[in-house]
Parts: sequence; C-alpha cells; structure tokens
Amino acid sequence: MKLPYYPGCTLKTTAKSFDASTVASAQALGIELVELPRWNCCGTVHALAKDDVMHYLAPIRNLVRVEQMNDEGLVDDNRVVTQCAMCYNTLKRANQSAKEDPEKMTKIRDFMEKEPNYRGSAEVVHMLEVLKKDGFEKVSDRVEKPLTGLRVAPYYGCLLLRPRGFGIDDPDKPSVMEDLLGALGAEIVDIPFKSKCCGAYHTVQMKEVAADLSHRILSQAAEAGADLVATACPLCEYNLGDRQKEIKKIFREFESIPVVYYTQLMALAFGQGEEATMFGENDPDPRPILKERGLI
Amino acid sequence: MEKNESEMITIYVMGKKHLVPADLTIMKAMEYAGHQFKRGAGCRGGFCGACATIYRTKGSYKLQGALACQKIVEDGMYIAQIPFCPAEKKTYDIGELRPEANTFLEYYPEIARCLSCNTCTKACPQDIQVMDYVQAALRGDVEEAAKLSFDCLSCGLCAVRCPAEIVPYNIAQLARRLYSRYVVGPTEHVLNRVEEVEAGDFDAEIEELKGLETAALRERYNKREMRV
Amino acid sequence: MSTGKSRLYYTYTSENASFKARVEELSGEKIDLCFQCGACSSGCPLTAEMDLLPSTVIRYAQLGMGEALDSNTIWVCSTCFNCEVRCPRGIDIANVMEALRQMRLRKKYDRVSLDDLTPEELRELPQVAIISNLRKLTG
Repeated sequence: MKLPYYPGCTLKTTAKSFDASTVASAQALGIELVELPRWNCCGTVHALAKDDVMHYLAPIRNLVRVEQMNDEGLVDDNRVVTQCAMCYNTLKRANQSAKEDPEKMTKIRDFMEKEPNYRGSAEVVHMLEVLKKDGFEKVSDRVEKPLTGLRVAPYYGCLLLRPRGFGIDDPDKPSVMEDLLGALGAEIVDIPFKSKCCGAYHTVQMKEVAADLSHRILSQAAEAGADLVATACPLCEYNLGDRQKEIKKIFREFESIPVVYYTQLMALAFGQGEEATMFGENDPDPRPILKERGLI
Repeated sequence: MEKNESEMITIYVMGKKHLVPADLTIMKAMEYAGHQFKRGAGCRGGFCGACATIYRTKGSYKLQGALACQKIVEDGMYIAQIPFCPAEKKTYDIGELRPEANTFLEYYPEIARCLSCNTCTKACPQDIQVMDYVQAALRGDVEEAAKLSFDCLSCGLCAVRCPAEIVPYNIAQLARRLYSRYVVGPTEHVLNRVEEVEAGDFDAEIEELKGLETAALRERYNKREMRV
Repeated sequence: MSTGKSRLYYTYTSENASFKARVEELSGEKIDLCFQCGACSSGCPLTAEMDLLPSTVIRYAQLGMGEALDSNTIWVCSTCFNCEVRCPRGIDIANVMEALRQMRLRKKYDRVSLDDLTPEELRELPQVAIISNLRKLTG
C-alpha cells in the first residue's frame, strides 16, 4: 500500500526521530509512505476567524499535491497521512472548509492561479487512524520483541481529539493509542490528564506556563508508576520532554521521566534498529529504562 | 527591412506622461524622456538587481514588478521605481555557522510567518520559485534553498510584496553561502592552485612581469594565449 | 459602560451592539446561547494565569463590553478546545477567543515580538512552536 505522507516542518528538523520511526514502522507493516512533492509548511494553527482566506492557502496547497500525486500515479490513495497533531488539525479543518465553503474555495482557486484547482477529493488522516482501520492485529502480528513489562502512559494532547468532529477518537474516552500500545505488548498506565493541554505554543514566550502544565501531566504519569510517556505530537514531545530542564528549575524535587513518540516504540517492538528508533534524540534519554526492562 | 522611425507610445513615469519609442526598455525609455538615473541603475544587463520597478499596464488592475533594464515598455504603462529596498541583513560569521535545521530560524525567525501564498514567486522578475526556497529554508534544507535561489539578484520586489514582511533574498543569500561553504566545500582545483601559489610556483613569472616596461607589458598582453 | 454610579446600571449603547456583532461575525458563534454554566472555565487548563475566566469573557462579549479586549485571558488561551468539547450549548469558546484576538491584532498590534527570543532559544525550539506562536499572537 502506498500512501501520501505529509511530514511537516518539525519532523524534518527537530523531530527527526518521529519521521524516521514513522516511515520505518509503516514499512514494516507493508505501508510505503510517499512524501508529498514540493510540500510547504501547513501554516499551523488553523485560522478560526470566519472571514480568513489567506491562512487556507498553505494547507490547501498541500492537498492539491495529494491530488497531483494521485493523478500522476505516484500513489493510488486519496488519504494523506500525517503524524504531527498540529498539522493534522490544520490540514483537516482546511479540507473541511474546502468542502463546505464553495465561496471561499473560489477565492482560493482564483488566487492560486498557478496551481491546479483543488477538487476536494483528499482525505486527511492520522497514522493511528490508518493503523486502526487496518486492524491492530496486524500490528501485534508483526511484533518481534513484545514490550512486556514496559509501563507506558499514553498522552494524546489536544488537537488529536478536539474540537469535536475533527479528532481521531472520542475526546472524552479515547482508546486508540492504548489499543496500539497494547498490541505492542506494553502495559498501559492511564492518567487523568492524558488529553489536557501541555501549554502548546506558550513554550516560546511563556515557558514557565508550559513547564507548569507539563509538570502536572508528568507527575501524574510518575505517580501512577509509568516508565515513560508516549506522545503523537512534536510540540507535546518538546514540552513534556525537552522542557523538563525548565520544570526542574521551578519544581526542585521533580524527577525526570522519558518521553518518546509512539512510533519509536513500534519500531522497537518490530525489532528495527537505531536508524528507526533513534532513541538518542530523546531528552531525557529513554534508553536506561528500556535497558532495565530488557528491551534493548 | 528596417523602419526609419520607431512607433511611439505613451508611458507615465511617476505620474507624468511621456511619448517614447515602443521598442525601448523601461530604463532606456525613462532616459529618453529625460530622467537621469542617480540611483536605480547598475549593470543594465539584468544581473545586479538595482533597477527594480513597479508598473501597471493599461486596463489592468494588477501592480507588477520587473527589472527596468530588461522589460520593454508598452502603451499606457504606468511606472514607478523602487530605488532601494531597506531590508535588514543580519550579521553573522559564516565560519561559525553550520548548515543545521534551525540556522535559518536563528537569524531570520520571521520565516516561520510564511503563509505559502506565493506572492513572492509572482513578483520575481527572474522566474524563481521564491516560496519554495523560503519553505526549504524553514525545513533546514540548505541545498534545495541554495539551488532554487541561484538566479536571485536581490532586487527586492519579493520583499516589498510579502504579506508576512519576510525578505526572501537575505535568506537565499545565507542558504547559498552555507551551501558553498559547508555542503559543496572548497573545490579541488582551487585548493591545488592555492597550494601552488603558496609554494612559490608563480613567483618568478610575477617578478619578471613586474620588471617589464609598459610597452613590453602591453605586447605580452596582446599576444597572450587564450584558451576557450 | 459604567458611569461611576452603582454597577447595577449598565447602558447598552450602539457601540456595545457593534462590538458584539463584530465578535459574532468573526467567530461565527451564537454567544447569546451561553447561560453561564461555567463548564468551560472549569475545564480550562490555564485559568490560573487568566485575569478573567473564559465564561466571564463570554459574558462581556454578550454585553458588548470592549473591556474584554484588555484582558490577558484572550492571550493566555492556548486553543486546546477543552471548552468547546464541554459546552452544553455547543458554543466554541476558543473561536470567540480567536475573534477577540483578531480584533486587536488586525489593528497593527503584535502581542509578542521576535526580538524577545534569544539565539539559543531559536536554535532549539521546534519549528511548530515558533510558527504557531507567531500565528496566534502576531498580526
């Protein structure tokens, strides 16, 4: 199966481990992720103001690429897979608008005169949706090294589940990440704040706020006995992971807990090597606890 | 068959009407009309980017950009020059930079504001895919940004139109410098020649030339061997 | 707007009406549906940093009170949509916050400046953080 793949700016720069583990673990499941040609930044976050047209150009341009890929026979699937929850939300909401607001689409088409018209045929999906549709048994069948004994706290963040109608699962009772991690053989640690905001972009200019929110989430995971936290968004991974240095400045007794991308765990369970798992990129380092559990 | 006279057409320069020959470039037409270029003219060959001009053709609402030394005038053309684009170029020591993902963001964080609207590409008189190279820089792809921006003249038309107030050509310059220095690196034949010079291979010849009289020097120059 | 007398008196002027209309137009939300249950405020993760609760800001919007634009609430909101999911009347409070932000940002106002970021920060922050920060908080 060949699917169009939209990595987003961050997966190509500071979140390379997410990109590498995604492509590798998908390949292990027989899914070839074909990166969109000439893709551009999705322009996150989605423009909520009703009269906005300009901020739709970036995501719609990417959706045009999906149609071009299908027209040129590079893929034969109109779904475009993305991993970054921020990109997912921006692309999906723009796509919805394209279908529901013909007047806005006319303006956008006229403006983007050098691009082919977007026909509205693309469908934006998250990798977890693809895995769920194919069936998690396929994931467990492929597992070479079950993550037995590894206690993982799944963390969804905001934009994977909200707003209503644009999420990959029920925002009140999500289970898709638990199902995936369970298929890998891991032990699930449920925390109440698994879908509570990590602070998002406030990490740039109000980093104590992001540190405070992340601290609440991480302390719950630690108290519940999690070995590490699994995320599906590079901004969450940064706030929960890299920002632990900030958290320690405010909360002296805080003990670090590793944060990884769920695809890194997939690659590990599938028996794939360092080029796929890239655990060296995570801060704090998850390798000590993985070694302790006998997984590496 | 040659015409004796060119057809004359009307153009407007800074709002004033002039009658000029139809086959002139904007720059020559403005000089024909009596303007003297103190700024906004350079190589006159489409290479330096000094003569960025905004114009409008008759009947069109669109404001377009071009290089005055390259664009031929049209009847009813309305012309204004941008003499200089006051863009800020960040200072950096190329020796201390690395072609890493966030190097562009460190010096030009405004590229994060790019809307992918493509207005820059439409303004470019060199047909460069400006939006594509800005996006490549945002992704940290130094090679792509350098290759796409090769023809850039820093004329400023993209910067003047960008709704996110980005100055694309400064980013392109950084990309090309990083690419040449760190991705391509110094070329072998240049390094070899530098070694030869430092070893003194050419010292004798240079001393000899320095000792010649002007006439002898001129003769040597005219008779030099030229390899194409 | 209060006239200095008892706060029980509030005169709804045409200025208030046009402010409210603009908020409704930009957000597309029917803010009159809000009956101040407070579910949005209780679910909001950032109320500790806010001067007005989200439900209070909606009340201000219902009354067309321009003071809503002076609160820091609209800038502290991280658009997590927890409020949208909880509202029993189907209002997207995050949308209303965006409308209020836009009403200020579109008047040549930037809440944050790139000059405040150090080179070290720019080197380490993920692209998505810088991009979304500038998108939400600059005009």
